[in-house]
Amino acid sequence: MAINKYLRERFFPHLWCPGCGHGTVLNGMLRAVDKLGMSKNEIVMVSGIGCSARISGYVDFHTLHTIHGRALAFATGVKMSRPELNLIVPMGDGDALAIGGNHFIHAARRNIDITAIVMNNRIYGMTGGQYSPLSGQDIIATTAPYASIDPSFDVVELSRAAGATFIARTTTYHVKQIDDFIKQAILHEGFSVVEILTQCPTHFGRKNKQGSAVDMMKLYRDITTPIGSKAKQENPNLIERGIFVQEDKPEYCREYEKIIEKAMGS
Amino acid sequence: MAKPILKAHKIRSDWCKGCGICVEFCPKKVLELDEFERAVAARLPDCICCRLCELRCPDLAIEVECK
Repeated sequence: MAINKYLRERFFPHLWCPGCGHGTVLNGMLRAVDKLGMSKNEIVMVSGIGCSARISGYVDFHTLHTIHGRALAFATGVKMSRPELNLIVPMGDGDALAIGGNHFIHAARRNIDITAIVMNNRIYGMTGGQYSPLSGQDIIATTAPYASIDPSFDVVELSRAAGATFIARTTTYHVKQIDDFIKQAILHEGFSVVEILTQCPTHFGRKNKQGSAVDMMKLYRDITTPIGSKAKQENPNLIERGIFVQEDKPEYCREYEKIIEKAMGS
Repeated sequence: MAKPILKAHKIRSDWCKGCGICVEFCPKKVLELDEFERAVAARLPDCICCRLCELRCPDLAIEVECK
């Protein structure tokens, strides 16, 4: 397979559960990289902690497996010292928006050229199914046996408010959008966020009676709709998918270069 | 454009975890799970090379070759 050249095949089969959507995200991300014709040596993947973070072990790029929530901080350091490299930071919902919430909003505010992929399964899978800031109300989790009362973040709105200049959302059902959006996010100069709804049949699905991985993907098909569709007007509860924001703003590393030039008096 | 013709449908059964995603979402119902809960292409002549099984497979176990 064309994308196998980007894999560290010695670690396969991977550790994710049967039907876990994270594998589909890995699949789509590698297709995006392949379509862009990028070499392994021009990509740096930085991840934190969690099921999603294990993705960096499976790809044959430059990879950093760092501490919980801090992947974007490490990625910022790499990008600022080697701005010619492409940074991809896959994160889980908790890694990105709970433990790493501050790093996330500040990376977006700076508009540093990093591609953040938020693999949103609405739960902490690796540690046994605790609720996350993306779980939302009326969700059963190990730490919310009588249902969660916390409202959830909206990744798109949060990123928009924080200043990200490319924001997209899709699901593991809509696979062709995964590689299309990641491809566009990598090409975009500035902070890009791609939220992908990904099923955790082991914890989220089982506790919330959503059935198998197949059932959860059918649910993604049924509860999402393209941005601005007629269906959304008729049923406001549908989750929109597509590209929400795509705009040009000064990129952080370029601004930093200008400051260096100014300081050096040239 | 001419319709793509199937050259080979490869499944790495040592990577397959039997989630059934490929089986369920194949538009032509080409695939099924065998007695070991691994995906097999049972009705290959029906394959239309849409590659949706390959794209959706969370185990990266499927490869569809077309010409």
